[in-house]
Amino acid sequence: MTVTDVLGQLGRGVRRMPAVRFAGPIVLAMLGLLPVYAALSGDSYVLSFATRMLIWAIAAVSLNLILGYGGMPSFGHAAFFGIGAYAVGVMSHHGIDSGLIQWSVAIAVSAVVALVIGALSLRSRGFYFIMVTLAFAQLLYYLAQSAYTYGGDDGMTVARHSRFGGWINLADRPQFYYLCFALLLAALFMTERIARSRFGRVLRGAASNDRRMQAIGFPTFRYRLTAFVISGTMAGLCGALFANDILFVSPSMMSWIRSGDLFAMVIIGGVGTLYGPVYGAVAILGLEELLMPWTEYWRLIFAPILIALVLGSPAGINSLLAGRGAADGRH
Amino acid sequence: MAAIEPLLRVERLTKRFGGLVATDGVDLDIMPGEVHALIGPNGAGKTTLIGQVSGELRPDGGRILLDGRDVTHLPPHRRSHLGLARSFQITSVFADFSVLDNVTLAIQAHDGHSFRFWADASRDPRLNGRGETLLQAHHLDARSSALAGALSHGERRQLELAVALASQPKLLLLDEPTAGMGPEESQQMIARLKALRGRFGVLLVEHDMETVFALADRITVLASGRVLATGDPSAIRNDPAVRAAYLGDDDDVAA
Repeated sequence: MTVTDVLGQLGRGVRRMPAVRFAGPIVLAMLGLLPVYAALSGDSYVLSFATRMLIWAIAAVSLNLILGYGGMPSFGHAAFFGIGAYAVGVMSHHGIDSGLIQWSVAIAVSAVVALVIGALSLRSRGFYFIMVTLAFAQLLYYLAQSAYTYGGDDGMTVARHSRFGGWINLADRPQFYYLCFALLLAALFMTERIARSRFGRVLRGAASNDRRMQAIGFPTFRYRLTAFVISGTMAGLCGALFANDILFVSPSMMSWIRSGDLFAMVIIGGVGTLYGPVYGAVAILGLEELLMPWTEYWRLIFAPILIALVLGSPAGINSLLAGRGAADGRH
Repeated sequence: MAAIEPLLRVERLTKRFGGLVATDGVDLDIMPGEVHALIGPNGAGKTTLIGQVSGELRPDGGRILLDGRDVTHLPPHRRSHLGLARSFQITSVFADFSVLDNVTLAIQAHDGHSFRFWADASRDPRLNGRGETLLQAHHLDARSSALAGALSHGERRQLELAVALASQPKLLLLDEPTAGMGPEESQQMIARLKALRGRFGVLLVEHDMETVFALADRITVLASGRVLATGDPSAIRNDPAVRAAYLGDDDDVAA
């Protein structure tokens, strides 16, 4: 019996449980109740770990918009993440603590950079698109590395959390957690609406056959570019969250390894499905967390599990749960 | 002037790929409502010509006028809005869209911009109403909610045609509409196209001579990138140069 068979049977077994039809909402509900569990059990670590999970999940959702629905395999998505984080770090370094200003700048700069990178890279497709986006991300990575004022290769600590007056205190773990949770819900809701909208149809059509879309009268480039900017901006916002989470920024945040992690989350979770990126983020970060204390060679176990997941369920965890062919959020 | 302006005028159209001249000073006219067939052996330049008329290939020389307007340098989507539509040689309907969504997508392309991010497009009565009417006209209304990928080959070709006509074009480029069809399906497609005759001009590229002679008002024969002859079907049938180059038993003579 091969790994594929085992996973296939596992999938079929799991699917017979009525609960999996609502797997997405259930996972979200569990994430939503996590701070309650943390408070009752006194386990504060689980909350900070889950915060990181939420931030990566939002970033994966943002990548899914262009990779899954738009067919644009951006391998430089961590660049926007890094830009958002550095926007917070740099401004904090210069004494600007206002969250409103920091986050507005994070959003604006990542949007502008996404516009430029998108405009230049969306002329290419497939493998070339992967390479061009990777090249731009590496460019920004080296730029951050050589920014000695801001710590260069070592990165720098962020002195304090972004301040939002009396609205919300990001230094308070549960509050910060719920902010991230709310943003994940917003990102999912937005993706769901966009995918069904006229804009989303153009995006999905262009992913499947751009040439035909142009022939029936769509100037597809501008729609694809818009999606690229929306996605990059969301990732930039995640970066601002991440800088607040660990109070530290470094070039490694925008390295190709981080872009690869995001890519893996979307693929393993289920490309072009609504909840797929959330499953992917939870699965990958969860596995990492489980295996790491076990042995320092945890990657030796981690990698085969990922490969088995991809081979066993090429359409991602989402299809494992929802059944072959069916996929929630895919219209 | 009493003369009717041609719907499409192609003048001295030239395209080179490196040393190869794919179309070499091609002249071609299509009158409103005319079915104009383009034939020629493999490698004659038919695909290149279609590519230039649709806007996917940039010509190296010459002009293309659509309804009197110079469209030589316009991208495909602009030409679509000026009344050009095409079917593809390889059926390329959107397989994971429903049949209805395939046609409403084409209607959407001509219904203002698509920077609309919120409302559910597949429940848009304006798109769906027109889409259903179109599907009825093409005998696909029973399959409206099926995924396009689940259609038979013949149905997919029909859908392909419905999508091309969704924008109510003035000129239709038909790239091998009966390719891969059985004899019965081919006959049905020919009948459908005959029924539509006169509503728009057609540039028909087709290998199957039966289809060509059944539909064409005029035929242009292309060989090695040049126009060998243009005329009505009987003139082409009897043209000695055409017979020698193409209509003879061996398709490869002039390839």
